[in-house]
Amino acid sequence: MTNHWVDIKNADCVLIMGANPADNHPVSFKWISQAKKKGAKVISVDPRFTRTSSQAHIYAPLRAGTDIAFLGGMINYILSNELFFKPYVAAYTNAGYILGADYAFHDGLFSGFDPDKRRYDKASWDFARDAKGVPQQDLSLADPSCVLQHLKRHYLRYTLEGVSRVTGTPPEALTQVYETFASTGARDKAGTIMYAMGWTQHTVGVQNIRAMSIIQLLLGNMGVPGGGINALRGESNVQGSTDHCLLFDIWPGYLPAPTADLATLGQYEAAKIPANANPRSANWWQYGPKYMTSLLKAMFGDAAVLDNDFGYGWMPKLDKGRTYAWLDIFDRMHRGEIKGLFAWGQNPACSGANSNKTRQALAKLDWLVTVNLFDNETTSFWKGPDLDPATVGTEVFYLPAAASVEKEGSITNSGRWMQWRYRAAAPPGEAKPDGEIMVELWKHLRRRYAAPGAKAPEAITRLRWSWEGRGGFDAHQVAKLINGYFEKDVTVNGKKFKRGDPVPSFAFLQADGSTSSGNWLYSQSYNADGNQAARRSTKDPTGLGMYPAWAWCWPVNRRVLYNRAGVDPSGAPWSPGKSAIAWQGGKWQGDVPDGGWPPLEHDGGMLPFLMLPNGVASIFGPRRADGPFPEHYEPMESPAPVNAFSSRRHNPLAISYHTQADALADGGTRFPLVGTTYRVSVHWQTGVLTRWQPWLLECQPQLFVEMSRELAKIRGIANGDMCRVSSARGKVEAVAVVTSRLRPLMVQGQTVHQVGLPYCFGWVHPKNGGDAANLLTPAVADPNTGIPETKTFMVQVERVRAA
Amino acid sequence: MDRRSFIKLLGTAAVGGAAGKASQAQASPPPPMKDLAAARKTTSICPYCAVGCGLLVYTDRASGKIIHIEGDPEHPINRGTLCAKGSGLYQMAVNPARMTKVLHREPHSDKWEEKSWDWALERIAELVQQTRDNSFEATNTQGQRVMRTTAMAHLGSAALDNEECWLLQAMMRSLGLVYIEHQARI
Repeated sequence: MTNHWVDIKNADCVLIMGANPADNHPVSFKWISQAKKKGAKVISVDPRFTRTSSQAHIYAPLRAGTDIAFLGGMINYILSNELFFKPYVAAYTNAGYILGADYAFHDGLFSGFDPDKRRYDKASWDFARDAKGVPQQDLSLADPSCVLQHLKRHYLRYTLEGVSRVTGTPPEALTQVYETFASTGARDKAGTIMYAMGWTQHTVGVQNIRAMSIIQLLLGNMGVPGGGINALRGESNVQGSTDHCLLFDIWPGYLPAPTADLATLGQYEAAKIPANANPRSANWWQYGPKYMTSLLKAMFGDAAVLDNDFGYGWMPKLDKGRTYAWLDIFDRMHRGEIKGLFAWGQNPACSGANSNKTRQALAKLDWLVTVNLFDNETTSFWKGPDLDPATVGTEVFYLPAAASVEKEGSITNSGRWMQWRYRAAAPPGEAKPDGEIMVELWKHLRRRYAAPGAKAPEAITRLRWSWEGRGGFDAHQVAKLINGYFEKDVTVNGKKFKRGDPVPSFAFLQADGSTSSGNWLYSQSYNADGNQAARRSTKDPTGLGMYPAWAWCWPVNRRVLYNRAGVDPSGAPWSPGKSAIAWQGGKWQGDVPDGGWPPLEHDGGMLPFLMLPNGVASIFGPRRADGPFPEHYEPMESPAPVNAFSSRRHNPLAISYHTQADALADGGTRFPLVGTTYRVSVHWQTGVLTRWQPWLLECQPQLFVEMSRELAKIRGIANGDMCRVSSARGKVEAVAVVTSRLRPLMVQGQTVHQVGLPYCFGWVHPKNGGDAANLLTPAVADPNTGIPETKTFMVQVERVRAA
Repeated sequence: MDRRSFIKLLGTAAVGGAAGKASQAQASPPPPMKDLAAARKTTSICPYCAVGCGLLVYTDRASGKIIHIEGDPEHPINRGTLCAKGSGLYQMAVNPARMTKVLHREPHSDKWEEKSWDWALERIAELVQQTRDNSFEATNTQGQRVMRTTAMAHLGSAALDNEECWLLQAMMRSLGLVYIEHQARI
């Protein structure tokens, strides 16, 4: 989230699309309701009429996987009707930047496409630049070569009728949504978007979010209270686990993981610092070297020195151009290339796309270590359905972990609030807090690698080991290291610090080895003022719900990201009371400003989008793999006869895999129904934690498939009948829920039926509760992120037996 | 209705429910107010979705057991309210189905065997070392220094605390893993 949960109350319009917060983030609805009470309009766009839809002023159905068509139509509507907030767009986005003469878009492809490599050469996506390298711009936004005019031409094709034929949304519903949300382009209005996996889990997932980002920029909704781009993250600490980068391609604080061609820290830094010639752009990533060196110092302590490149050479490197993402892991495991796996607080046998492939892959491992609270389909995969344990050669471990209330530490919510929690009881039996398991395991490993002749032991034996504290894992010690220390007696920014003093914030981090910080984004969270995440002040000085002294939020306790865009270039709020900050008496008031420089018009003033090289937000986004503007492509499995917008049926860069388990069924009659998956209120993710709780299981005891009355009639299915749902990859049995919440849609003159299943069940427990909905989903993915397309796929539904 | 009579009402409902169609939900009324008043209170944050609702956890001082979990009324996001999952969180922690032993399954075996922590961690360390060392690449096929293993992968977890996440990535990267992923990717 660029903003945060309480901030939703400040919105004048709440668009909820690709998410169902009433079921999946129920308490967030407190703040949606608060906005409604103050007159805000709530819009729900979803293939299914959900509990969220029931609380919305406007509901619009759409075919799963057609969000770019829907949003492209909104971009066209905003531009055609001149509803964008022009002063904001001109000052704070790249809408006025002039594109080079070679940029083109034709029939679904952007210029530079290489059909053999299936990738773009992006040379033609660059801006026209002056002699110094600063992009040329036309602030009147009238130049036919400027981004805004290109944008206008790109989306002219997305007419109401054209969009409706693709999405199945009635044109009048489209107009109602477009008109209502576009009204937040007014100077004194703010509109927010709440989205979740309904937008991300597609082969065009990143471009779904890009399309909405363009809308939010056009309407001037970024950086203001009640606005922003708000991903409703689904796990209590998925924000923190992402920030700390348990991901192949980034290191803590979103530092790009080094590739093998960058042999030294110097080469890494030279390659990763974004070029910028604009003196008004802060280009914050120029400080990357300070954060990288401080991370290496956090990892290796005194062993990391200038002469050994701070240990950079001991760390693993990726091959340039190769990905090591989730679906890659299971593909290579399926091919026998991966021998050992830790599944720590995870249930991949149900959670990943194409569960049959995942489960087959697990059986090819030499060993598997699982850490969890309850039995689950990954831990017990070797005795799963249709599997003879005698044929499975995997050595399997189950390590019992503590529940959240049985250990101490912090988690970071979707609004970036880092909140501390305390141990209320000891874990039962032999269960241990995960941190203790790590510390204990590391003792065994470190001893082995301290032995003479151990293979490449540098990084293992030199890993800083100061977190045992009070006789075991100590979250406070790790949290302090993440915050960072001075590693030498130094004077920084005019202040004297001693070795061992905590770093006040990331502004003090250095590239010379004099500081450490496990994650620069969290620097300030546990400094000389103590554990900021444990703060509990309920004071709200601005009345905007920012609660600046409740817990702590990254970065540097800034509650609304890009808040400098919420004021005009003179520093005055675009509209009084509608800004997180304001320049008054030569100082910023309110939230922590996104950079302390004076407003743009003043001496030393800076542009608001400080993490981007040019300081302005990207309406034209040349850094994406699959195009600088979002373009509609059909899902990899789609019922549409053709892509109505071009002759490119699918995202030309979509990732797919080619084992026998990777069958796809695009179009055709064998699997004629659009399938999608979702969650229910009383279960969480694959249900590992909730299926074992009788209170919750009683509410939702087994897998169901939701379908329209019209489809049920065609298939001869009655409410409660047991059905078989199958795809090209697998099948499940599910109880029919026949409902008017789903309705057939007209797509290109044909009737399209959609069905939905929750993905919270699995064969281990309860017995006869059904198996994972992900047995049906395909392992195909977005080219930018590698996220699987689990929200749209094709299925067949048949009645098996009566209720 | 004040809190005390509300809880009393719940208790009555539980008895009525038990007489009818029995379910564990109805058979477990919240503990009496006097027990809650005497309990040790700690604050926590809900472990389910990422709204980050505040919790009050009540621990019986004598037994050290959690007896009740409810919404934290001071928390600015949830102000004491919780969803169905959060309201039932007590049952995640206090649950006879928790698997609380270290378990090991031999290749081709059809059953678990209980093991000690020390045995299991030593065996895991041995397997990690074998797999890593047999597959360790100091350089890739182009002769570039890579210091990695591609025969081992780590998944997890968004359910862990920040401090645990940081430590895990440090450990796994020190071992040379590049296949490090978790829920955020899917």
